[in-house]
Amino acid sequence: MSRRFMQGSEAIAEAAIAAGCRFFAGYPMTPFTELLEHFAAKLPAEGGVCVNAESELEAIGMAWGAVATGARAATGSTGQGLSLMQESISELVRAELPLVLFNLARGQGDYYQATRGGGHGDYRHLVLAPVDLTEAVQLTQLAFDRAECWRNPVLVYGDYLLAHTAEAVAIEPVAFDPLPSKDWAVDGSRSGSGSPRNLNPIGMVPGKKGIEPERFWKRLQAKHEAMAAAEARWEAESTDDAELLVVAFGSVARFTRFAVRELRAEGARVGHFRPVTLWPFPSEALAEAARGVKRVAVLEQNAGQMIDDVRLALEGRVKVVAIGGISSDDAGFGVGPMLEPERIRARVGAALAGREVQP
Amino acid sequence: MSDEVLRSDRPPESGATRTGEFKPTLQLGTDHDLCAGCGEPLALRTILESIEELGLAQRTIGVIGIGCYTALTSLMDLDLIQALHGRAPSLATGAKRMLPDRLFFTLQGDGDMANEGLQEVIHAAARGENITCVLLNNGVFGETGGHMTATTVLGQRTKNTLEGRDATQHGYPIQMVDLLAPLGGTAYAARGSVHDASGVVKTKVMMRRAFETQMRGEGFSIVEILTMCPTGWFVPTAKGPGYLNEVLGAVHVTGEWKRDGRLLRGAEPEAPNEAKERGAV
Amino acid sequence: MSQRGHVVIDIERCKGCELCIPACPPQVLRMTGEHNRIGAHYPELLSGCTGCRACWLVCPDFCFEVWQFDEPGAPGARPGE
Repeated sequence: MSRRFMQGSEAIAEAAIAAGCRFFAGYPMTPFTELLEHFAAKLPAEGGVCVNAESELEAIGMAWGAVATGARAATGSTGQGLSLMQESISELVRAELPLVLFNLARGQGDYYQATRGGGHGDYRHLVLAPVDLTEAVQLTQLAFDRAECWRNPVLVYGDYLLAHTAEAVAIEPVAFDPLPSKDWAVDGSRSGSGSPRNLNPIGMVPGKKGIEPERFWKRLQAKHEAMAAAEARWEAESTDDAELLVVAFGSVARFTRFAVRELRAEGARVGHFRPVTLWPFPSEALAEAARGVKRVAVLEQNAGQMIDDVRLALEGRVKVVAIGGISSDDAGFGVGPMLEPERIRARVGAALAGREVQP
Repeated sequence: MSDEVLRSDRPPESGATRTGEFKPTLQLGTDHDLCAGCGEPLALRTILESIEELGLAQRTIGVIGIGCYTALTSLMDLDLIQALHGRAPSLATGAKRMLPDRLFFTLQGDGDMANEGLQEVIHAAARGENITCVLLNNGVFGETGGHMTATTVLGQRTKNTLEGRDATQHGYPIQMVDLLAPLGGTAYAARGSVHDASGVVKTKVMMRRAFETQMRGEGFSIVEILTMCPTGWFVPTAKGPGYLNEVLGAVHVTGEWKRDGRLLRGAEPEAPNEAKERGAV
Repeated sequence: MSQRGHVVIDIERCKGCELCIPACPPQVLRMTGEHNRIGAHYPELLSGCTGCRACWLVCPDFCFEVWQFDEPGAPGARPGE
């Protein structure tokens, strides 16, 4: 397939449509807005629907209804809009509906939101964090596949750089294994049959009074444990003899990876580890990659969120230092001066030398 | 009238026709946990019977809000999507856009639709979404035990307006059908009441018209149904219908408010032949 | 009295709300002093039912099944013992 020069937002919309997404609803917000624009422009020609929702609350509600019919559906926003959607996300997990969500965020301050969530109760969903457009095209398609495989929402977490950077990219279709049938989807065909479907988040069964919350929650817990065991994805390089292991995710990892490669080429014993899934966090793989290193340096563009998962993964065996921090442009979109390659390189270099890095 | 007590534990042995079954065909059973004297099961019956009579049983999907009526879903022989409190119109929107030839209705209470979900239903109506929203309005949060909602009438006592709803403190009630009827996307709007048999029959006429409006693709339809909540009103069950008609009904006026896209503002729906024939009233 | 209609009452489903009593135009429903399994009083049927379905329409607990006699004046349900 030929490559085209396009923005991340356009590539993600095209990848979603290639994956069979036929419904999208959204509410404009920078830097998510262009994703909505591209779905609005492209979906009708594919027989799909894009609704300009009047709020993020309504956007996720509409997408919830669409996905309940068995259609592939998605919604999204920027972190703030995702905050409004949290109640629905936690309920979608419990209703076991495979909605795909996009957070094109302002920086990386939504790591906790993405992995812990602001919703209620025990719930988990996959979080995929693409490093660049090529990977975003793959992970967007993977998101729809994994969502249906597990009957669970999946979040694709990108940022301003991913949404707005234009690169030459091909929308290569990814082949996946066959999925289970969608006999859970409501289409009205089981109405009047005596055994209708009821897609609900509390374990209600048609024809039966009451619910069994404990049994229902435990079943979901078991599913989420199976997801955690099966779905961790990561990228590790130059870890074999590394003294310092740099950990970063998303667009920021593109900068750290570049700096690590440069330093490696100059002979520095530095490795790089990038979680592709933020949930499940690739804890075992990180522990393996960090075996023998003197220090692990976490560079994230926030006040320190993923570093918790890094520390949990390493269980105190290795010193973990923060070398990232809050860094933003004046508009607050998270395109900060810290992301200049020479500054990133300087921070990694300082960590390598055992010096403290001021956030 | 005579004091002669008849056996009522079995049907006549012969020479009689059953004209009213215990439950509608689309109802899975009759056992439910709603309170004595509740009006919501009566509203459910009008919905299920209308779907059956219009021959839409295998094409209907309900989107259910959160309130006491959520417990009635165990009785519904319908494909259902359970929504969050207030969000049913959005779910119905997304689902209907994917399956435009199916009948979609939402079932919401006044807390669900007029409080938490007011924006959702207004936007769905303004967009002219081809769905039917059903509002069960009893003027209280019944499930929490009788608290003020946005439709609670002035003077009405609730657990958080102990001296009665006072406009200076709690504001004024919202009349949902009056609010939604004038919107351009609204094709049908009516308010019924199940305080007596005649009200139930008229409510069912409204329900059928709303569903027919949707199946003709004319746009948004709303049927508000005033329902008794003696538990939440702190009145004896036998006084529920009178309280509903005289207290809530005085503010939330019954009748058709919009039909075929024309504003009517509370006209009485003429009784359909079918109801006359059955001599229900 | 000749019977035009008849109702079967599922007394075990009744919650004793009494909505059927004033709803009945010929006033042939009356609350008993008996209790069902959940402890609620329930209605009994007196003669003179017209089969109009008013009780059926207002019963929140789906306790009524309504019958109409094919010929008015048919013997219908036997009086209780």
